[in-house]
Amino acid sequence: MASVLIESISKDYGQTPVLRSISLSIADGEFLTLLGPSGCGKSTLLRILAGLETQDAGSVSIGERVVDGVRPKRRDIAMVFQSYALYPHMSVASNIALPLRMRRLSALQRLPLLGRLLPTTAQIGADIGVEVSRTAKSLGIGDLLSRKPGQLSGGQRQRVAVARAMVRHPAVFLMDEPLSNLDAKLRVQMRAEIKELHQRLRVTFVYVTHDQAEAMTLSDRVAVMLDGELLQVAPPQSIYSDPDNRRVAEFIGSPKINLLDGVMRERGLIDVAGSTIPIEADALAGTQLLLGIRPEAFYHADHAGQGVLTGSVRMVEHMGSDLFVHLGLAGIDQPLIARLVAERAPHIAPGQTLHVGASPDRILLFTRDGRRLRREADPVCRYVAPFREAAR
Amino acid sequence: MSAVTSVKGLSSLAGILRHVVLLVTGALILVPFLWMISLSIKAPGEIFHASLSFWPVQFYGIENYEKALSEAPLLRYMGNGLMVCGLILALQILLCAPCAYALAKLRFFGRDLVFGMVLAGLILPHQVLSLPLFILGYKLAILNTYTALILPYIVSPFGIFLFRQFFKTIPDDVVHAARLDGLSELAIVWKVMVPMALPAVIAFAIFSVVGHWNDLFWPLIAVRDQSLMPPPLGILVFKNEEAGSDYGPLMAASTLVVLPLTIAFLVAQRWFVEGLTGGAVKQ
Repeated sequence: MASVLIESISKDYGQTPVLRSISLSIADGEFLTLLGPSGCGKSTLLRILAGLETQDAGSVSIGERVVDGVRPKRRDIAMVFQSYALYPHMSVASNIALPLRMRRLSALQRLPLLGRLLPTTAQIGADIGVEVSRTAKSLGIGDLLSRKPGQLSGGQRQRVAVARAMVRHPAVFLMDEPLSNLDAKLRVQMRAEIKELHQRLRVTFVYVTHDQAEAMTLSDRVAVMLDGELLQVAPPQSIYSDPDNRRVAEFIGSPKINLLDGVMRERGLIDVAGSTIPIEADALAGTQLLLGIRPEAFYHADHAGQGVLTGSVRMVEHMGSDLFVHLGLAGIDQPLIARLVAERAPHIAPGQTLHVGASPDRILLFTRDGRRLRREADPVCRYVAPFREAAR
Repeated sequence: MSAVTSVKGLSSLAGILRHVVLLVTGALILVPFLWMISLSIKAPGEIFHASLSFWPVQFYGIENYEKALSEAPLLRYMGNGLMVCGLILALQILLCAPCAYALAKLRFFGRDLVFGMVLAGLILPHQVLSLPLFILGYKLAILNTYTALILPYIVSPFGIFLFRQFFKTIPDDVVHAARLDGLSELAIVWKVMVPMALPAVIAFAIFSVVGHWNDLFWPLIAVRDQSLMPPPLGILVFKNEEAGSDYGPLMAASTLVVLPLTIAFLVAQRWFVEGLTGGAVKQ
């Protein structure tokens, strides 16, 4: 049980900065996900937490103890790797037992033949065996203990890796994209199991992924990282519905958020793509703004009017309960994507003209340099985003 | 149908051709070996006979082998060879594996330079070093001992290179996991890297043992005492002192010297192939 405190961590690889002054505080027992595209530095940050890499500047504390310069094995952490990193020449039981053997047996007791002759070795070995089989059983791999990792499926190897991390009851669990080598179906299943594991163990989890669905479904809080910077740390719902800046808004959500150029006409009115949308915003007339509208914030409107965008349908994707309609707006290259409820939308064919409206309180405003322009009327976590598509 | 048979005919023709080439090459390599065995069971008069025949007219094998075993301390030579080769191999692995691990997985100042020096050592033929080594051996007063036979070989640039290449293919995550599991760097070498690199270790063992068992050059320089001699040197001395032109026993002795190596190689080769495919099929 431990909290984790990361203070202004920086790391460069040669001339390239990988992490730029990252600060983050993780509460005891929290499930925090580092989310970002590959190459954003999230794995490097995790490795610095684990002590496998050293930071150029900044400090890491685990459970109120500064661990800079402390060796990985003394940090009371365990890690699950993307590649599982099992020892292929050892049986599953030996793989899981190794961290316990290294900690509880002395160097002399670990010797191949001589070690067995020492008085307490057998007792400690038996205890370890009991714990190994108990852990394995709790993860449903109790009958695989004598196999080698090469004889296991991807999901089973994953469980062995988790068992190896779990068996010594670490204060902090680190997971580096543990599900990305699994097929889609198994990933969903393992995701649920990891969630369950966290609820059962109640220890701090730091989980690295590039998969939004994993981040959204698992985490208490999500830390979004891009290009070595920490952009926002917040619960999944607010990351989605209340992003701090344009890059977070663009990264989270599938299909991507629609971003439209707008100009403040007068107080309470913004000109967008040949239409006018009534929004209260704290900006002077003539200010250029970006409007972020999630696809599902649109509804089908019968006719043009204030707050309604009109375009020609380029493509329709049927997703069962919903339709993704790609709309070409006048003067904009990028098609607008609207997600409409299939039942409530009329028959839509490519080429036809369509009106879609968006209620002002679901429109996010950004300044031209990408900062979020918050309004008094803004919802804070008012709704939980439908995340079915991303969860595929 | 006809197309199929013609293709089949062509491929069987290519197959025959391939086998002919392989058989001829194999025969060229095997003939001296078989000739040695043939001579080792021939009577002295027959060896220099004008007619060419593999099979002896008069079987003289028992006499030749008896003479080889009784007149030269052949078993002593082989014992020496076994000990020297075994110790060289053990020490080589003991030193090469940690070196290779450092070069493959650790980051430190001057690593590339050190690896460059290993490569330079790989290029250098051992004969070039014989004179400095001889002088060094003299100064250390280890000439004419087992140490003189073993010491120059315990650091093998080839071993370091081979292990390093193999260790580099082992993912860093495995090393990281081992560090988190509490293994020290040396424990990582012996408990994780070397077992995972077993095919490379066996391949290296074959090269090393074959090379040092057959080595004549350095033992010729380093030892004089007959009781220290490894097999090839022993046979050379045996030829000069005891056998003279008595080629039957000499060939018998040669056959006996080659035998353990051949057997060991055939056995190890099976593991070798197994080790390679075992790693390759699924990981």
